[in-house]
Amino acid sequence: MRYKLFVLAALAGMSVGAGAAETASLVAKQAEKMFLESFRSDNPKYWMRRLEQDEAMRLCSTYKDNPPAKIRQQIQLKEMATIRYPVDGKLIGDWMEGEKLASSGRGGHIGFIQPDPRGTPRGGNCYACHELSPREVAYGTIGPSLKHFGRTRGNGEDVIKYVYDKVYNSNAFSACTNMPRFGYHSWLTPEQITHIVAYLLDPESPVNGD
Amino acid sequence: MRHLLALLAGCVLASAAMAARAQDKSGDEVAKYREMLADGNPADLVELRGEELWKAKRGPKNASLEQCDLGLGPGVVDGAYAQLPKYFPDSKKVMDLEARLVYCMTTLQGFTEAEVTKAWFTKPGKEADMEALVTFVGARSNGKPINVANRHPQEAAMAKMGEYIFYRRAGPQDFSCAICHANDNKRIRLQELGNLTTKEGAGTAMKSFPAYRVSQGNVWSMQRRLIDCMRQARWPEPKYLSDAVIALEVYLQGKANGTVMQTPGIKR
Ligand code: HEC
Ligand code: HEC
Repeated sequence: MRYKLFVLAALAGMSVGAGAAETASLVAKQAEKMFLESFRSDNPKYWMRRLEQDEAMRLCSTYKDNPPAKIRQQIQLKEMATIRYPVDGKLIGDWMEGEKLASSGRGGHIGFIQPDPRGTPRGGNCYACHELSPREVAYGTIGPSLKHFGRTRGNGEDVIKYVYDKVYNSNAFSACTNMPRFGYHSWLTPEQITHIVAYLLDPESPVNGD
Repeated sequence: MRHLLALLAGCVLASAAMAARAQDKSGDEVAKYREMLADGNPADLVELRGEELWKAKRGPKNASLEQCDLGLGPGVVDGAYAQLPKYFPDSKKVMDLEARLVYCMTTLQGFTEAEVTKAWFTKPGKEADMEALVTFVGARSNGKPINVANRHPQEAAMAKMGEYIFYRRAGPQDFSCAICHANDNKRIRLQELGNLTTKEGAGTAMKSFPAYRVSQGNVWSMQRRLIDCMRQARWPEPKYLSDAVIALEVYLQGKANGTVMQTPGIKR
């Protein structure tokens, strides 16, 4: 380990000689190992599996979230193919349920210091990143404002499908976006996603109110 | 002390009221705390306790930490935090302040590593010695520019690996450090997120740690901060003093290089 670190160190300081790509892949290899060894050994195995990357994660990390056009295309096609729909085929549900999900950032926190209590329902946490209802002022700005989303985009079949797909797998439309893939990771169920679709698109939803 | 607590309680109440009204002005909240706390950061008391701990003869060897080498020679505390993390020839490792303090507590004072790392962060009613020591040493760099030049090959390697980890996505929310901290002027809910990939953003963050967190009522070290960010990322829990956390610190301190230290900061 120490020897490898030294080789890596020597490479890191080199600008000529080793190719940049070669250096980068050596850094990646060393850093991967070091990262995975940095977690407590009493983390249960099924927690540690969260650190495994799928191909999209790996590519996004490699390109610092800004992949070249060809790889972007490749990711988007692959992610599009992961989308699954509710058995009854209905993509728009109950906006009141959707509002609860959009507001909750709970669930899924693990570790020993401050984990969520067992069985805490997972929220969609949309407000962490998006403005939605004009009445909720505690919203984040990592994503664009979705205020009046249904009012401005309408709620036709194509819009309904777009919002469902986007929430199910955000990377199907924008590879390496900062938005999580909620359906893909089974963070939200297809049914829960239909409620969120309603929250964005239903004319009665506060998102489309004043 | 009582005066400080009353002041702090007032701040928390005021902040709740402010949060209710807060629109795009979440930054004002913290600015207000700062104003109200101008004549006394509660962490000042922690700093004093840290100084006592530094000087006290403790452990099986009944020694103080006054001969601890934090990178500028045995016993030099002034400016030490600003040049950490750093490669130490004696341990052949890149260490941050906390790792170094643990090293000194084991070598000079004779404690076991398990003893000194068991209660490394403050829990309600039990203030951690480590946080007091970090607050004391941190404040003794105030006015000094952060200076981690990554001259040693292992420091340069850690900076590279820290950068790699910063962009590494994982977990059921696809998070990496970058998704929360690589853009200007973003916030998550109402919490402002600095752009840690710029000198300004990294500087604002790194110069103010260790920091007093008003919402927690205690001091947080950079280890504590980063381990909690990994919790927010929905990852498992890293080891205290792990290489990954130290590598991130090396990367971030490098970005912040030249920024003048001012601790203990006050955070939400
Ligand atoms: C961690 C951040 C984050 C979270 C959480 C998040 N989003 Fe996003 N979202 C983004 C970002 C960034 C974009 C813009 C880039 C893109 O299109 O992917 C975006 C884009 C969108 C878009 C496309 C907007 C358009 O104009 O076409 C929709 C719709 C959307 N998000 C809905 C949601 C919903 C609903 C939730 C909660 C279930 C949610 N987002 C949670 C970050 C987030
Ligand atoms: C899901 C969101 C999220 C992720 C992922 C995340 N952080 Fe944070 N980070 C935060 C929040 C929220 C704060 C606190 C801001 C505040 O004090 O209001 C914060 C604060 C920080 C600070 C202190 C900033 C300051 O000025 O006080 C640093 C440094 C930091 N994070 C680094 C990291 C690193 C490194 C990673 C990756 C291991 C990371 N964060 C991942 C949300 C996140």
